[in-house]
Amino acid sequence: MVDTVDKHTNGKSKEVPTVCEVINNREGYSFKSFFAEIGALASFTLRFFKEAIRPPYEFNEFLRQSYLIGVKSFGLVGITGFIMGLVLTIQSRPTLAVFGAESWLPAMVAISIVREIGPVITAVICAGKVGSSIGAELASMKVTEQIDAMEVSGINPFNYIVVTRVLACTFMIPLLTVFADAIALLGGFAGVNIKGDTSFSLYFLQVFNSLNFMDLFPSLIKSFFFGQAIGIIGCYKGYNCNEGTEGVGKAANSAVVMASLSIFIIDMVAVQITSFFM
Amino acid sequence: MEEKTILADPVAQKENNNVVVVDIKGLKKSFGSKKVLESITLTLAKGENLVVLGKSGTGKSVLIKCMMRLIQADEGEIQVLGKNISELKEKELNDMRKSIGFLFQSAALYDSMTVGENLEFPLRGEQKVSAEEKSKRVEEALQNVGLEDSINKMPSELSGGMRKRIGLARTMMLKPKIILYDEPTTGLDPITSKEISKLILDVQKKYNTSSIIITHDMECARITANRIIILKEGKVAMEGTYEELKKSEDEWIRSFFE
Repeated sequence: MVDTVDKHTNGKSKEVPTVCEVINNREGYSFKSFFAEIGALASFTLRFFKEAIRPPYEFNEFLRQSYLIGVKSFGLVGITGFIMGLVLTIQSRPTLAVFGAESWLPAMVAISIVREIGPVITAVICAGKVGSSIGAELASMKVTEQIDAMEVSGINPFNYIVVTRVLACTFMIPLLTVFADAIALLGGFAGVNIKGDTSFSLYFLQVFNSLNFMDLFPSLIKSFFFGQAIGIIGCYKGYNCNEGTEGVGKAANSAVVMASLSIFIIDMVAVQITSFFM
Repeated sequence: MEEKTILADPVAQKENNNVVVVDIKGLKKSFGSKKVLESITLTLAKGENLVVLGKSGTGKSVLIKCMMRLIQADEGEIQVLGKNISELKEKELNDMRKSIGFLFQSAALYDSMTVGENLEFPLRGEQKVSAEEKSKRVEEALQNVGLEDSINKMPSELSGGMRKRIGLARTMMLKPKIILYDEPTTGLDPITSKEISKLILDVQKKYNTSSIIITHDMECARITANRIIILKEGKVAMEGTYEELKKSEDEWIRSFFE
């Protein structure tokens, strides 16, 4: 608080709240808790790296999680990818047609999908599907004392639950991204042929001619970070849920919100770094 | 004909009484401004069943969670099997935890695993135990609780009583020396409660385990207790056998037994 002397109150001291105090006093939000949350998340992330290199390595559980996170998401990611490619092509055609550049359509669609739309849309879909499921699962394990039960058995629950899920996300999201890119390019081919007549081989020749290593590599690298962010945030929210059954819903919800936001922040940073090298 | 219930024998522990497996001195724990435990001092002898009674919110569960270091105590000393729990490093603590079984109020079975996998889970770190030995132990544990047919069932397919039995079977997988029971009969019908209480007694006799049993169920306390302590406002209000406490002059103590 800042003490000021108010002329209209005969020199009596009047307390004027600072901007921070006004924001802090808003219900359910404070700067302090925001930074505390960031600190706790950073500490959780450091613990992940520490535990990930320490045995025992839960390889079977990692494979199980990879199956649940990766294989079970192929359908959703595939459908979304196809629609993404199709819609992008249909929407872009009129603008290119104005400049008589319709033949550039495959190249434009390929670069847009591989560099940006494929990785980001796949990550956002997985933040919704995988992030919420990890958040809710771990939160219910916490509420029903299953995590405590592992701990009292002398087994490190962090290693078994968190490390396996984060690693599975880290390795499966890039795979899903490659899959989504491929399906989206097929969607693009369908889109090109709705109003035109381009052969499959010509379309893909144009697609691959327009792409180079610097289109594919950065997008794969950033999808690793997207996967890691989804895994860590989902696990952090679930693992630290302490508010009974209500907390399970909150954990799932905040895992999706925070993971989606972090995907866009990582993407912004990644684009800056990539453009520096290009 | 009325079935005669076998009770824990208060004098049967005499030969073990010199060996103290748990020794708690001046244990304090607060959550914010709320003082939950205020200077708890108690001992548990080898082979003894100690029942802890008290109103809800008096810190009974907090007491046993402090013993496992699931909750960090604010002050005091907890010696378990001769080692100070608060001074143990992570690996030592994990080894110590293998000597202490913990039956949670909700049984805390892992939802994504079958009963068999649940029972095998505590053994996953035991490299000396072969796969064959693990299967044998699972079968033995299920036989002990009378649920041999449930090995492939998921926890969601089990009733409350069955979950508690499987929880107890899982607790026994590492052959612990001490078992902590957190309200083992809560939410069960009187018949199943009695079966669980008898099971606790059987485990004590068969494996010579020492147990701390947190309960509100006086029938469970009557069947299982060698000794009872009653917590009031974070302190041990009274200690004695079931019969001694039942005849207490303190009306508040007697009210538990009415």
